[in-house]
Amino acid sequence: MNIDDFLTYIILPILSTSSLMVFIRFLIGPTLPDRVVALDLLITIGISIIAVYSIITHRPSFLDIAMIFALIAFLSTVAFSFYLEKRKRNE
Amino acid sequence: MNDIIIMVIISLGTLFILLAAIGLLRMPDLYLRMSVTTKAATLGVGLILIGLALYYMETSITTRVIAIIVFLLLTAPISAHVIGRAAYFVGVPMWKKTKIDDLKGMYNTKTHDLMSGLEDEEEEQPEAED
Repeated sequence: MNIDDFLTYIILPILSTSSLMVFIRFLIGPTLPDRVVALDLLITIGISIIAVYSIITHRPSFLDIAMIFALIAFLSTVAFSFYLEKRKRNE
Repeated sequence: MNDIIIMVIISLGTLFILLAAIGLLRMPDLYLRMSVTTKAATLGVGLILIGLALYYMETSITTRVIAIIVFLLLTAPISAHVIGRAAYFVGVPMWKKTKIDDLKGMYNTKTHDLMSGLEDEEEEQPEAED
């Protein structure tokens, strides 16, 4: 079995299914921190999808986008939690 | 032979990411869900990136992969700690079967200072030495 076929027909559907499940949690999450955690995991799965797609298309320059995604995930989580604490403290 | 190793490593990483997604959907509590995203997803992404580095076998790509993995390993515990602290202050409810909450009453709700719970014992300790 070729590695491109393996990645296209087995790995990418599994990753898409898992990102769909995380998106369901993002929609039904009862509180705001649940949604922030789901968003963090969604971006982390996006990094892995970018890595697999970079193997399929033979373009290693997609890795720069993965690095920027990792930065954005960390920054968004820290900013959301800072905003949550400030909002609670000002009430 | 090299392709088979890459396939096995990427399959392991995908399995861990799938388990993390199922855990995020099925866990009953925010604090349990956070443990899933911190550990399993970081390991899965790390394994997939290692598979990518083995596929290309070039120095520049391996350097970038190592940079991404180190950055993820550094930031995943920090972000989990920060969002967990914020969620505890906001008052996200715990699972109803949770037995122990060690932080209960230890945080000052106005200034967010953490007490150790040993303030009374420090005052008594010199008397015990005498």
